[in-house]
Amino acid sequence: MSDLAMNDNLDDNTMIKAPAMEDGNRGLHYEENLLWEKERADRPGVDFPQPEGMKLRTGFEARGDIGLPQNSEPQTVRHFVRLSTWNYSIDHGFFPLGSCTMKHNPRLNEKVARLPGFAFAHPMQPASTVQGALAMMYELQNWLATLTGLPGVCLTPAAGAHGELAGIMTIKKAHEVKGNTHKTVILVPDSAHGTNPATAAMCGYTIRSIPTRETGRLTVEAFKEALGDGNDVAGMMVTNPNTCGLFEKDIMEIADLLHKADGYFYCDGANFNALVGKVRPGDFGVDVMHINLHKTFSTPHGGGGPGSGPICTTEELAPFMPSPIVIKDGEEFHLEEDGERETSCGRLRSFQGQFGMHVRALTYMLSHGGDGLKQVSEDAVLNANYILSQLKDDFYAPFADSPCMHECIFTERLQKENGVTTLDVAKTLIERGFHPMTVYFPLIVNGAMLIEPTETESKDSLDRFITVMKDIANEAKTNGDILHENPVSTPRRRLDEVQAAKEPILRWKDAG
Amino acid sequence: MRYLPQTATARATMLKAVGASGIDDLYSDIPAAAMRKEAFDLPDHQGEKEVERHMKKYANRNIAAGDVPFFLGAGAYFHHVPATVDYIIQRSEFLTAYTPYQPEIAQGTLQVIFEYQTFIAQMTGQDVANASMYDGATSMAEAALMAMRVTRRGKVCLANEIHPHYVSTLESYVEKDDISRDAPDNDTACVIVQSPDFFGKPQAYDALRKQCDEVGALLVVVITEIVSLGLLPAPEQADIVCGEAQSIGLPLSFGGPYLGFFACREKYLRQMPGRLCGMTKDADGKRGFVLTLSTREQHIRREKATSNICTNQGLCALAFTVHMSLLGEDGFKTLARLNHEAACKLADALVKVPGVKIISDTFFNEFVIELPKNARDVVDALAAQDIIAGYPLDGNRLLVCATEMTTDDDIAALCAALKEAA
Repeated sequence: MSDLAMNDNLDDNTMIKAPAMEDGNRGLHYEENLLWEKERADRPGVDFPQPEGMKLRTGFEARGDIGLPQNSEPQTVRHFVRLSTWNYSIDHGFFPLGSCTMKHNPRLNEKVARLPGFAFAHPMQPASTVQGALAMMYELQNWLATLTGLPGVCLTPAAGAHGELAGIMTIKKAHEVKGNTHKTVILVPDSAHGTNPATAAMCGYTIRSIPTRETGRLTVEAFKEALGDGNDVAGMMVTNPNTCGLFEKDIMEIADLLHKADGYFYCDGANFNALVGKVRPGDFGVDVMHINLHKTFSTPHGGGGPGSGPICTTEELAPFMPSPIVIKDGEEFHLEEDGERETSCGRLRSFQGQFGMHVRALTYMLSHGGDGLKQVSEDAVLNANYILSQLKDDFYAPFADSPCMHECIFTERLQKENGVTTLDVAKTLIERGFHPMTVYFPLIVNGAMLIEPTETESKDSLDRFITVMKDIANEAKTNGDILHENPVSTPRRRLDEVQAAKEPILRWKDAG
Repeated sequence: MRYLPQTATARATMLKAVGASGIDDLYSDIPAAAMRKEAFDLPDHQGEKEVERHMKKYANRNIAAGDVPFFLGAGAYFHHVPATVDYIIQRSEFLTAYTPYQPEIAQGTLQVIFEYQTFIAQMTGQDVANASMYDGATSMAEAALMAMRVTRRGKVCLANEIHPHYVSTLESYVEKDDISRDAPDNDTACVIVQSPDFFGKPQAYDALRKQCDEVGALLVVVITEIVSLGLLPAPEQADIVCGEAQSIGLPLSFGGPYLGFFACREKYLRQMPGRLCGMTKDADGKRGFVLTLSTREQHIRREKATSNICTNQGLCALAFTVHMSLLGEDGFKTLARLNHEAACKLADALVKVPGVKIISDTFFNEFVIELPKNARDVVDALAAQDIIAGYPLDGNRLLVCATEMTTDDDIAALCAALKEAA
């Protein structure tokens, strides 16, 4: 262990030393240093023709040393393959991460996205040369409109939070056109994703929180209280099913009250996997929602993106959506120009959207069809209820009096009696070969453990998880202290996050 | 339904275990009026080959860069991506992993982000970089918002010709009236300059730096062609450098997913948007990496966060990092030089076409020419002959781009077609 001892004099310019490669390697575990710490190759991993040495016409001298590393192709491959082996993924096993919908990512989607006609089309080519790409986007727009019951579709947003921004900007524009300058408040339940209040604030709105702590649900009473006379309320942002995995039973009555006060209902579509092919959000009063293509429609999470967050709106709100959208004119398709639709809330990004993700999502939809998507929802909901039913005696389930939707929630209450926390449960799951559930979210449930199995898991797979969770509950009772140490078999154990934030080291720097 | 593993027997057993008589019992919280009674008007499920056939029809109706002479840039660039890049990003462990919130089982993704941040900081001449943004336009909009937080001022000055889509995006993110093309004053949060500008001209920064210092504004440099940093001086004078890094590692893909990059001075770190990865130690004292400084972010700060941003462009940042690892110092600079030389050759050929004038005096890999006719008409006419000529500006001006992919034959084809059309 002494070779692995760290430099204790951390300061801005001091890197922490890499463990010695020869001492860190065990079996199939390999230590891997940073690209900058390797022996520098004397030529790149890409062969180029020799430049001709033409006189520069840039107006500047050529740039000097940048300090980049240099590796051959085999060194590069080995580096990244070794790093990859330090990751857990959905292709490894069960990924019960609540609110994240970690489902199987079909490889057909990857293959199709790489067809040259898709991969090498430029976003600003003349419309006549990209009719196929535009027609594909148009078909995706139609699928989303059909599945949500909301006819206006804009594919442009880059991710869920970007979709939220698109949606709230659409609402803001609609009020602006109506002259509703007094509407400055967005209602957000306290169980919401952090992106909801952050988005509303970014659009200049004041956030008024609706308490849901008691029941995990919105009540008409609490909503009315937050709404007041409704004069200043521009809209509300509600995730449905909500972040406790519960469908908001009173949503239609609440939506009615909101609409009577001339407010709009934004639905955070993160949990659409519970409803897809079964229920259309347009039928429970939603005016605008985003869809996470990387959740419900299986585009890969990629270790944190790229996502894709199209929005769907009612006919009333469609004129105010961001641009561009795909327009069908006779048999021809085109993208809107900036300013073409005067009522649009504007452009939100460089080009028309995460097109590669659109291709993957439509490929997935076509594979499942309408019948398959309904089965997706049903299996996702059944799987979550099965876990809830099997674990509710071992872990405290605050809302187990009615069925859950696609995810179920437990807390640390029973384990806490023995000093075992949600974090310990999560880290012990890692030790036992699973990715943890979502922890400490939603914030309204103390020590929350939010479990979303998705339709990807078989009963067999769920039973293995349930067995391990029961083991952990037992261990917490009998031998809780050892759980604080987990994980112990991973390439790295619990990391010092306090140190990381106190003296941030955010890049490699030459020690000299 | 090849993606669904549950068996009929398992479903029945599980329904029984949860005490439901049928699946719709589990949907009992949903108001009856909201339950869909009739089937959706959608086709039924299909096999791989049927789906592939359906999608191929769409793909085949597009003209793709690489198949035809191609001179369109304007913020998205056709470059070669080594085969290794696509092989690495399709590894399950990267492709199908989640955001690295559980660092013990995500060190691979985390170390890649740390390396990505280092590459961006080095290339931009800045102290620190974040884990990526959606794309160039949103990155620039976030830079403006950050400058407003840092300076507590509300105005943004545009110093030169910035990509029109970036300007439109900025107009959506901030009040339109707060954006001006005037000289900065005491209300100015930042001055934004694009380099090379939208017309391809590389910019100097010293005068702008001085202007900013005089009024206490930040200098934001936006770059849409990151390959230019292999030849042009680093924008070290800037407070924030942001832009688009699609050129390294990513295909054109009709506009996305791309890779927004964002770098700044260390003193502004805590006002930065987006995720950051930092180095630390584990319980045994071994070096490791974690997401850090998350108290800036929406999941902690909610409405007080520096941005609503949650996801980054993880896999795109990986593609970038693999490509940069392959290029290295020498390869990156050679790539930049080859791009510039391709543009020089294009300019030398175009200047010989009767009626065509080169407008730009200096450039990196794209520049403006003037045609004797309306540029949009010429672009459409050439598209019908399977040549993508460039981006039509107003009137007769055309923005053309050459990269390491451009061949002498491509240039000859463009010149011949222009001679004909003009």
